[in-house]
Amino acid sequence: MSSRTETLASRLTARFAQELRPLPALPNEVAFEVDAANLLAVCKELRDNTEFGFEQLIDLAGIDYLDYGREEWSTLASTATGFSRGVNRIQEHVSEQTTKPRFAVTYQLLSITNNWRLRLRCFTGQGEPPVIDSLVEIWAGANWFEREAFDMYGIMFRNHPDLRRILTDYGFIGHPFRKDFPLIGNVEVKYDPAKGRVVYQPVSIEPRTLVPRVIREDNRYDQVLKEVPVGSDVSPANR
Amino acid sequence: MADIHNFTLNFGPQHPAAHGVLRLVLEMDGEVIQKADPHIGLLHRGTEKLAESKPFNQSIGYMDRLDYVSMMCNEHAYVMAIEKLLGIKVPERAQYIRVMFDEITRILNHLMWLGAHGLDIGAMTVFLYAFREREDLMDCYEAVSGTRMHATYYRPGGVYRDLPDSMPKYQPSKWRSQADVDRLNERRRGSMLDFIDDFVARFPANVDEYETLLTDNRIWKQRTVNIGVVSPERALQLGFTGAMLRGSGIEWDLRKKQPYEVYDRMDFDIPVGLNGDCYDRYLVRIEEMRQSNRIIKQCVDWLRANPGPVMLEDHKVAAPKREEMKGDMESLIHHFKLFTEGYCVPAGETYAAVEAPKGEFGVYLVSDGANKPYRLKCRAPGFAHLASLEEMVKGHLLADVVAVIGTQDIVFGEVDR
Repeated sequence: MSSRTETLASRLTARFAQELRPLPALPNEVAFEVDAANLLAVCKELRDNTEFGFEQLIDLAGIDYLDYGREEWSTLASTATGFSRGVNRIQEHVSEQTTKPRFAVTYQLLSITNNWRLRLRCFTGQGEPPVIDSLVEIWAGANWFEREAFDMYGIMFRNHPDLRRILTDYGFIGHPFRKDFPLIGNVEVKYDPAKGRVVYQPVSIEPRTLVPRVIREDNRYDQVLKEVPVGSDVSPANR
Repeated sequence: MADIHNFTLNFGPQHPAAHGVLRLVLEMDGEVIQKADPHIGLLHRGTEKLAESKPFNQSIGYMDRLDYVSMMCNEHAYVMAIEKLLGIKVPERAQYIRVMFDEITRILNHLMWLGAHGLDIGAMTVFLYAFREREDLMDCYEAVSGTRMHATYYRPGGVYRDLPDSMPKYQPSKWRSQADVDRLNERRRGSMLDFIDDFVARFPANVDEYETLLTDNRIWKQRTVNIGVVSPERALQLGFTGAMLRGSGIEWDLRKKQPYEVYDRMDFDIPVGLNGDCYDRYLVRIEEMRQSNRIIKQCVDWLRANPGPVMLEDHKVAAPKREEMKGDMESLIHHFKLFTEGYCVPAGETYAAVEAPKGEFGVYLVSDGANKPYRLKCRAPGFAHLASLEEMVKGHLLADVVAVIGTQDIVFGEVDR
């Protein structure tokens, strides 16, 4: 496999020297970053050129990098109020994060003729809502995956034939997989005996953190993987 | 002449042939489907979001509840993704156990599919036969993990524990006489491997029974031949995997083409269909059961001959033994840290896929170095299949919708996640 992944990586860098940038990946995996402007052209070529032969879009995942690398429990240094207790009831989202690109879409491609896989990552535009080109024209299977990414993250797919919510309730407000959407949700449903019907009301439970999120430095792991993929090199200002 | 309008029919979400909670809005011209709009999400539990708020090991149980008729295969993809990021290697015996249980799961799933599919389109008996064999395999699940369905048996670094030396036995009660119990326990006298060996020996005859009922049955063929035909090109375009892809004639099986664990040492064949209709997919799945049976036999033979560890010895990831913990400070610390905080997975991302009974079940895992996943995306085969429902049923009759839902082997646990 590993010689095959090298072949694929070298073919990709030869053909798309401008459009694709390699991402840190595990051995036996190939991952590249593509700009939203080039996404359609690159994907079309990946499907039609037999050198690559990616007939299948296996998976499409939205991702929200808002909290990437943030921990809930600082274990190394104390603050003015003492050591962190690890449980933070109110999750605040600092505004410095908003300057970095936030939403990305990851594509898992599979070539059956060449028996190899490729992961493409593409950051969306900076605005709200985030916008990216739809791949339905290239792989018909993208249809529902894009609807799901729209539902969960609010990513708009340009030229999608039927961009509706798919998994959430009829009339749902918000995009639940965003990192600033609370895990317990915003509304709860109950039967109101006085009104004689089911009603929505603000949630009455409190969010709890049972196990705080911690990031521990570990020297056993490969240094290559520690590179934070959301860096300055991908922000539009530095391009 | 009176105006003739298309009729909109609401199918489900509570319908026995909807395989759970599928709501289909069908636009009909007489009895012919013009448009089909599946509404899904009625079983959406936000598994991926929940996993982001829990240490890695605590989400293994959620994986069982995705595709709840092929439980261990889902766990397999999830623990494989974690293992890839951690860069750990699973002991050989654990790999064989995983392969064996993946195949047991495949038979479990295909039996459930066969029974339900048959029931949907008018074959009652096969359901009862299929559940007879499922019961034995469920007992294997129970013997090894303590539960009949949601096993949580696979762990990063191996499997929870080794195969038991004895099978649980039936006890006499006021509903079961001693003679009944003796008959039921006859196969359970030996170890679990003996029990599986015995099952493997008689299962091909059981598959023959199902085939006697269905394969040349005129009604069965009328309901499935040339129904829901998908060309190989469309199957690729629509992201089909598993039996749906093989039914259309594309020879693709991750167990052969991108082998994981010890599948490269197994001797088995990939069945492929010719026409891409419901009947071919039925034949493919029947043959897959026979091939799974072969793989299980090979695993049983190997497992008998090769005892060994089934879990990694690295206590940064796998918990130490309980007796060690009682006497050794270091083990106590490891135990405490693992069960309060879990382990941190190095930053990076990976995609791990297994050939689940329904197709390619993949887990895309992003870690930022914390003790919880940063993003988990489960690639459910049924999601891609159901997305193509409209294309598959257009122009067919209403009754064929049920056949197509059946042939896609839809389970809402994984579609809605």
